[in-house]
Amino acid sequence: MSRKLLPAFVFALVVAALAYVPFIAGSYGITLGIGMLGYVTLATAWALFSGPTRYVSLATVAFFGIGAYTVAVFSESMVYPLLLAVAGVIGLAVALVVGLATLRLAGVYFVIFTFGLAELIRQLVTWYEVNVTGTLGRYIFLPVTPEGIYWQLLGLATTAFLISWWIGRSRIGLALKVIGDDEVVASHCGINIARVKLALFTVSSVLITLVGAIQAPRWTYVEPTIAFNPTVSFLTLIMALLGGANRLTGPLLGAVPLFMLFEWLSANFPNHYSIILGLVFIAIVFVLPRGVLAFAEENWRRWRKSGVKNLPAVAE
Amino acid sequence: MLVAALLSGLVLGGTYALVAMGLTLQYGIARIMNLAYGEMIISAAFLAYVMFSTLGLNPVAGLLIAVPTGFALGYVVYGAMMTPLVARARDRASLEIDSILATFGLLFVFQGVMLVTFGANFTSYSYLNDPVTIFGTTLAANRVLALILAVVFGGGLYLLLTRTLWGTALRAVAVNPGAAPLVGIDVNRAARLAFALGSGLAAAGGVVISMYQTFTATSGVVFTMKALIVVIMGGVGNLIGALSAGLILGLVETFVATYIDPGLTLAATYTIFLAVLLWRPAGLFGRLTR
Repeated sequence: MSRKLLPAFVFALVVAALAYVPFIAGSYGITLGIGMLGYVTLATAWALFSGPTRYVSLATVAFFGIGAYTVAVFSESMVYPLLLAVAGVIGLAVALVVGLATLRLAGVYFVIFTFGLAELIRQLVTWYEVNVTGTLGRYIFLPVTPEGIYWQLLGLATTAFLISWWIGRSRIGLALKVIGDDEVVASHCGINIARVKLALFTVSSVLITLVGAIQAPRWTYVEPTIAFNPTVSFLTLIMALLGGANRLTGPLLGAVPLFMLFEWLSANFPNHYSIILGLVFIAIVFVLPRGVLAFAEENWRRWRKSGVKNLPAVAE
Repeated sequence: MLVAALLSGLVLGGTYALVAMGLTLQYGIARIMNLAYGEMIISAAFLAYVMFSTLGLNPVAGLLIAVPTGFALGYVVYGAMMTPLVARARDRASLEIDSILATFGLLFVFQGVMLVTFGANFTSYSYLNDPVTIFGTTLAANRVLALILAVVFGGGLYLLLTRTLWGTALRAVAVNPGAAPLVGIDVNRAARLAFALGSGLAAAGGVVISMYQTFTATSGVVFTMKALIVVIMGGVGNLIGALSAGLILGLVETFVATYIDPGLTLAATYTIFLAVLLWRPAGLFGRLTR
């Protein structure tokens, strides 16, 4: 019983410790924490769908931007909690449309579609702003403190983590694993493939939308090119892959070190940022295709196995 | 107005068809989904710009440099990056995912290099910008040249693939990579050549585009997207399909831009893409392989 309770206890302790951080850290610490929690949530939400199904989604920033832009558009006409709810609903609707249209097709069509989705939405928003409302770029003035944003993101990250944990041990999680291994087998087992994928995709997309919505007040000024910056999709993908998209803690382990690295890179090499980013990514794809956790585990096992094998040899 | 839209639609469509033919070679024969394809196009456009503005070399002569460079680049990229991925791939699906991820990284490397070198400004140069009258409408001479070049390259490639033994071998790999070794075709070598040939076509497309359009270091993604849509609409690995789908896309975009709104062209592109996918998932000219 205590073995079961221990991880839950540690988890609660970590969350509580993180919640206390704003009281001791300065404003730079809080900014760093907001960025990190944002990416932890993004990577976890991304891996929720793309990890087990192996459908690589390149549309993270499409949903992130939808969240941010919704907050910017309605910030003067709604109260704050309603704002987040509206952003979530819009993200849900877009996810349903995209998922219904592409998830029944082969995986590569989904990838291609998501690859251009952010660009499409950015152009549509720009077109709408220029032609209908006549303004491009909006200011966000909301009575939200950085500490408030930090705690909200912490709550969202915890939620994403718990959803991921729950799905991993539920029937839908098992169904997802079968789909990822072999779709034909999955359909013969009586799994409704399209419905399972759609459900996961929408959950993941709503979480991503909420990250954008919560972080939006940090910017004060939002424009389609800022909200739909493709680097966000790219970073999320690298982080989840580095940690290992199939593990519960994988995205978390990838997001924290890489966020620090990118923070350092963008401060020291602002011009060569995207080149280094691309090279790091290629290196990860080649060296750690299944993530650092799986890599460590395999080597640990091999090391132990060879240790066992060597033992009799020494005794002889 | 109608004739003018039709003509500029054909010019645009010819360019899309040219660019998409390169991608269909890479994806159909080499089985590499190259997300950095648009960056290869834009690199060639910048190369043409530099040659024109510093050396005074006209873009048609520039093609003689750009296309071999593109070919060599593709050959090197395939050898250095794709060969290990092909070797470790268990099946086609896992190679697709791996190549998408690797070329996604490559996209940022290329884009970063171009941003550092040329900045984020819109770039263009003025070459053959003289009016020509065709069917009662005036068109810039560089656009007419772009269409002619697209026809020459497309026709040349078509003849190369259908009339030579070498081209037949490439098509055999596209149709059935498992059976091609049985008739003595080296699949890896064919894939590498197809990938390099595709990069060469991307370079040709980039030079042609630079003659009549403005471009930035970050506009590669849109070209990749459009080329991918054309390839899928036409059926993967199908040259005639890519040609027709490219023309359709160019015409639709121009008509949407002329009669509805220039800001909605990408939305129109996506609508066609979705409609084709839902109606005929194997493409307009493709056959279901499974």
